[in-house]
Amino acid sequence: MKSAWWKILAVLLLIYTVVGGLLMEVPRLVILNESIRALYFHVPMWFGMVVMFLLSVIYAIRYLRHHDPLNDRISAGFAHTGLIFGLLGIGTGMIWANYTWGTPWHGDPKQNGSAITTLIYFAYFVLRGSLDNQEQRARLSAVYAIFAFAAMIPLIFIIPRLTSSMHPGSGGNPGFNMYDLDSTMRPVFYPAVTGWILLGVWIASVRIRIQTAEEKILDHEYERNR
Amino acid sequence: MKEIGSLLTLLFLTIPGFAQEVEMADTMRSEGKIYVVVSIILTILGGLIFYLYTIDRKATRLEKKADEFSKK
Repeated sequence: MKSAWWKILAVLLLIYTVVGGLLMEVPRLVILNESIRALYFHVPMWFGMVVMFLLSVIYAIRYLRHHDPLNDRISAGFAHTGLIFGLLGIGTGMIWANYTWGTPWHGDPKQNGSAITTLIYFAYFVLRGSLDNQEQRARLSAVYAIFAFAAMIPLIFIIPRLTSSMHPGSGGNPGFNMYDLDSTMRPVFYPAVTGWILLGVWIASVRIRIQTAEEKILDHEYERNR
Repeated sequence: MKEIGSLLTLLFLTIPGFAQEVEMADTMRSEGKIYVVVSIILTILGGLIFYLYTIDRKATRLEKKADEFSKK
């Protein structure tokens, strides 16, 4: 366990999210009813995904500048974790939508945008899997990661705000006003976001560390057998 | 004065009434069954985090092994 304090913080925040998210007072709103608590779990998936993809693109740019294979592994590791967050976000969103909007897939601009984003990142891994040469793979996927991130921003942040959407905060309004009228949800929501992001970084870091160690062992064996 | 007082009392009595109109899982909470749900989710979360912790330790062991390899 390398510098464990932030991992412990992640665990504590997630425990608090579950306890506070289920037990603390929430606004009483029609249609949403008790399902408003899904906000504490569904929305942090998207925050997690965006942060993971942001870290992925930062390390992709670092790879293009320094050509250190470690940067490539870090970039891919964060993209992988971000994709998991995205899939969980779509899954939880579909369950929630089924009970509040009537159908799991409403064709909502934010739903479509996030679906396209996950497909773009699926293609990132197809690209990685199709190239054998490590340097070529790292370079091409770093460039692709930049374009993927650049495509994600209009898809989930801009287009849903220009058109009408079932999601709150769409159609020109900023984020969370509808829920935050009495600010009762903030004390759980922000810790939840932080906790999930830290857990995502933890999962990604384990993946990256295992791959790095494997590469080291493989390199050594290659040198020895030459 | 008396009318205003009774009006205010009526108002304070009806405000919680309005709030209760939206149906929430109040019965489940009053029965204490919500704690069952909380403990089940916490158990799953704890189990998954413990699993992640064991993988983390495995990664540390693998890193040590890789370092020993490259020293040889």
